[in-house]
Amino acid sequence: MTEFDWTAVTNNLPFLMQGLFLTFQLTILAMVGGILLGTVLAILRLSAPAPVPQLIAGYVNGLRAMPLILVIFWFYLLVPLALGRPVGAFPSALIAFTLFEAAYYSEIIRAGIQGVARGQLQAALASGLSYAQAMRYIVLPQAFRAMLPILLTQSIILFQDTSLVYVVGLRDFLTAANIVASRDQRPVEMYLFIAAVYLVLCAGGSFAVRRLQRRLAR
Amino acid sequence: MIEMHEVDKWYGTHNVLKRCTTHVAKGEVVVVCGPSGSGKSTLIKTVNGLEPFQGGRITVDGQAVTTSGRDLTRLRARIGMVFQSFELYPHMTVLDNVCLAQTVVLKRPRSEAEAKTEALLRRVGMIDHARKHPGQLSGGQQQRVAIARALAMDPIAMLFDEPTSALDPEMINEVLDVMTELALEGMTMMVVTHEMGFARRVAHRVVFMDDGQIVEDRSKDAFFDHPETDRAQLFLSKILHH
Repeated sequence: MTEFDWTAVTNNLPFLMQGLFLTFQLTILAMVGGILLGTVLAILRLSAPAPVPQLIAGYVNGLRAMPLILVIFWFYLLVPLALGRPVGAFPSALIAFTLFEAAYYSEIIRAGIQGVARGQLQAALASGLSYAQAMRYIVLPQAFRAMLPILLTQSIILFQDTSLVYVVGLRDFLTAANIVASRDQRPVEMYLFIAAVYLVLCAGGSFAVRRLQRRLAR
Repeated sequence: MIEMHEVDKWYGTHNVLKRCTTHVAKGEVVVVCGPSGSGKSTLIKTVNGLEPFQGGRITVDGQAVTTSGRDLTRLRARIGMVFQSFELYPHMTVLDNVCLAQTVVLKRPRSEAEAKTEALLRRVGMIDHARKHPGQLSGGQQQRVAIARALAMDPIAMLFDEPTSALDPEMINEVLDVMTELALEGMTMMVVTHEMGFARRVAHRVVFMDDGQIVEDRSKDAFFDHPETDRAQLFLSKILHH
């Protein structure tokens, strides 16, 4: 057995870090966009007149029935068609992730809103707050507090899923590692390294979620 | 002040309020009582539109209670409501609970809202707890804060929906004392309660409900001394002699 040679990793760190940066960028933007859109979808599904809730239910169930890789690929093809001009791989992937994650986040947020006691909404309305104000000041703060751990867990899954952007030619962390591994013929070291990075980041995230859960439970 | 005319409400095919007609004059205290499931809480919640109703008419201070819209929101801001389970906002301090609607709805400057809040908390004996969260308070304390929260909006009338039903017995009086004081100051009040002692001391009129109907609507003395219907007699005998 040959010795491990980590120079393939160390020599290419800047290149790999560029990939990691793209992974983070995509995760954070899709998370923020997905939670914002998911919140709007959840509120509309709970309170808008027909047929809006039914349409949203169709959207959510449709996207959740689809493999993510297909959604990424579709948007890569569809967004330029819809806009009539090329938009590039990153914007199309970001749109795909945001819309896909919004479907998942909206279900989490809907459960969170329903978990806030109905009397809280009534008390807020009785004091003269509008429905939107009652949501903003009373219901959503309580709902987000309760569902923060689940939202973060979903975001860790999103972080892992971003590796699928290789299908549209984006160089995320895993794709960058693939390139280096095949070029320098050091796949074992390279995949050990990126596995360690994913492990540290995701396990660290899960650990933070568990601590947060304990703090919120107090 | 509050006029209810032939109010009808249905849950599907179930008729929960049957042509309920009553009123609360300015400065009057009306106690609504009756067996559980008789529609008392539903009735009081139609007054500020928390429960929609299908038939009849309700006006408060001459303004019709609609089912939604800006007019209803504005009207609600002028009617205080106190709930059975307090419904303080658990993620806010006592101070913020009382300040919120003042700043958001009435657009009072924060300093003015805080001054008003402090005065009200002093009045209900809760000023020392202003920085606490509701979870750190007893039920009686929470309900007194809830009353202060409603009063902060300078309401023209107050609705109480079984304000002492969720309280431990030793805490009931601290809440009733605040309500009694309020009544003596001339606040217009509609109170759903089983506290017949409070009704005897404070109420001007008693509305007795059974099975979605207003069965008796009479002066306090007439109701307690000579209930007209068998149902009211039965109710009183059950609730007073134990």
